[in-house]
Amino acid sequence: MPNMNDILILLPELYLVVAACVLLLLDAFMTPARRGVLHWLSIGVLLIAMYLVVAGQPEQTVTAFNGMFVRDRVAEILKVFALLSTALVFVYARPYLIDRKLYVGEFYTLTIFAVIGIMLLVSAGNLLTVYLGLELLTLSSYALVALNRDSSLSSEAAIKYFVLGALASGMLLYGMSMVYGATGTLDLVQLHTAAVHNTMPNLLLFGLIFMIVGIGFKLGAAPFHMWIPDVYQGSPTAVTIFIGSAPKLAAFGMAYRLLESGMGDPSIAHHWQQMLAVLAVLSLAIGNLVAIVQTNLKRVLAYSTISHMGYLLLGLASANSEGYAAAMFYAISYALMGTAAFGVILALARAGFECEEVDDLKGLNQRSPWLAFLMLLVMFSLAGVPPMFGFFAKLMVLQAAVNAGMLWLAIVGAVFAIIGLYYYLRVVKVMYFDKPVEGTEHKPQADVSLRFVLSLNAFALLVMGFCWGPLLEWCKSAFAA
Amino acid sequence: MITLSHFIVLGAVLFCIAVASLFINRKNVIVLLMSIELMLLAVNINFVAFSRFHGDPAGQVFVFFILTVAAAETAIGLAILVLLFRNRSTINIAQIDSMKG
Repeated sequence: MPNMNDILILLPELYLVVAACVLLLLDAFMTPARRGVLHWLSIGVLLIAMYLVVAGQPEQTVTAFNGMFVRDRVAEILKVFALLSTALVFVYARPYLIDRKLYVGEFYTLTIFAVIGIMLLVSAGNLLTVYLGLELLTLSSYALVALNRDSSLSSEAAIKYFVLGALASGMLLYGMSMVYGATGTLDLVQLHTAAVHNTMPNLLLFGLIFMIVGIGFKLGAAPFHMWIPDVYQGSPTAVTIFIGSAPKLAAFGMAYRLLESGMGDPSIAHHWQQMLAVLAVLSLAIGNLVAIVQTNLKRVLAYSTISHMGYLLLGLASANSEGYAAAMFYAISYALMGTAAFGVILALARAGFECEEVDDLKGLNQRSPWLAFLMLLVMFSLAGVPPMFGFFAKLMVLQAAVNAGMLWLAIVGAVFAIIGLYYYLRVVKVMYFDKPVEGTEHKPQADVSLRFVLSLNAFALLVMGFCWGPLLEWCKSAFAA
Repeated sequence: MITLSHFIVLGAVLFCIAVASLFINRKNVIVLLMSIELMLLAVNINFVAFSRFHGDPAGQVFVFFILTVAAAETAIGLAILVLLFRNRSTINIAQIDSMKG
């Protein structure tokens, strides 16, 4: 029987489930004229959930439902930033959705359900909760990608995402079944000890490989990145911005739970450290090199995501508390940069004009200097130019890799950071030095909340470059044993 | 005598057939949905066999969850398929290639 204490530990998630159902009902019974309230209600729901996460955070790590659900500092930080970036997504997405007649309650409800999936995933204490959280996140994402029902590109992206996502879930599950077979337990804490003294080490390693494939798919790390560019390009930008931000935090949380909580013993960790190092190098190479030849801005950002996941894997591959803190710091910085980058695209897109091509930004400085400046900040941060947020995030993961004795990996990371500069700076060059193309002189969105929050978000990337200390300390405190 | 390894081999064979048909099949999206289902069922065989082997019911509980989620997954997959057919009038995989690069 679940007792009151278990329910209190699960309060933020339970609250969000109820709130999402209430929003769905409200949407069904509201007159179209009053639908606008839904937007503000959804943002309020997320902010209250954030308050519940922080205010109810226990001093020590606690578990609920016999270890199924873990509430610790790692989960707290990831949840706070997942909720924050989703709230940003809602603010940026509204004008875009209204322009394309996609302003429907489903968008908000599905996104909130996806966020519940993220929260379950990062708090998972059992292979079963990992699976359920992951499926809640991905099933909602499939539906979100297909949100624009009349777009042939959108449904193509959705079917590709669905088939590859289902394949990844199947791989992950097959790996889980092997690990279960080798150890006889689904609980991650028991798995940690059972994995060392098991009688079938080959079966365990076999399962581990399949689980890494599943994690690689969800992170979007090469060579399991095929879905990322198509999904980013095909889905409505209001959905791309969500897929490109909060789920990255979830993927980090999932990798941390499965690999560190479940398989973290040094005798097993050195196996997955090598696998992650290979994934990291491939992601850095493919992400940065293929992005150079892209002309579609959403595809450029998609390949940039792949390369950023490579850096995140550098931190994870270090397999020590410094590396995890650096990887989490990186995931947070990427979530904030991703929302800002797609936020600028959303601010520039109008009805009938997607602002998807890099050429659409030509001469942006003459048309709207403010947005061009915000995009400049975001691009510098993504490229890792000091003193931006992205620079320190990169520095931390490279430092962690060096301290963990993987100097060659850090060198590869640094080299590809320089190669990556090219395509970020190309966007800046196009905005500031190219002449605008005839017919693209669309006015950007005039929505006040969008412009205000987007400016805050982009400037946060600059400010965080100077005072990243507290956030890093917070991340480190989560992994201090 | 049927032992644990027989079940594991059966699961592995089914899983390989499913993954192979995902990659070999170039004609029909519905076949893809069938392969995905087969893949999850192969996993279920593994879970039930290991659960019996360890004398631990947790693995069989996991199977119930996988079956439920698989039903939801197929429902969403078919819904996306209907959308695709409405927009393109085809579910031939070879023709779903408007995005490249």
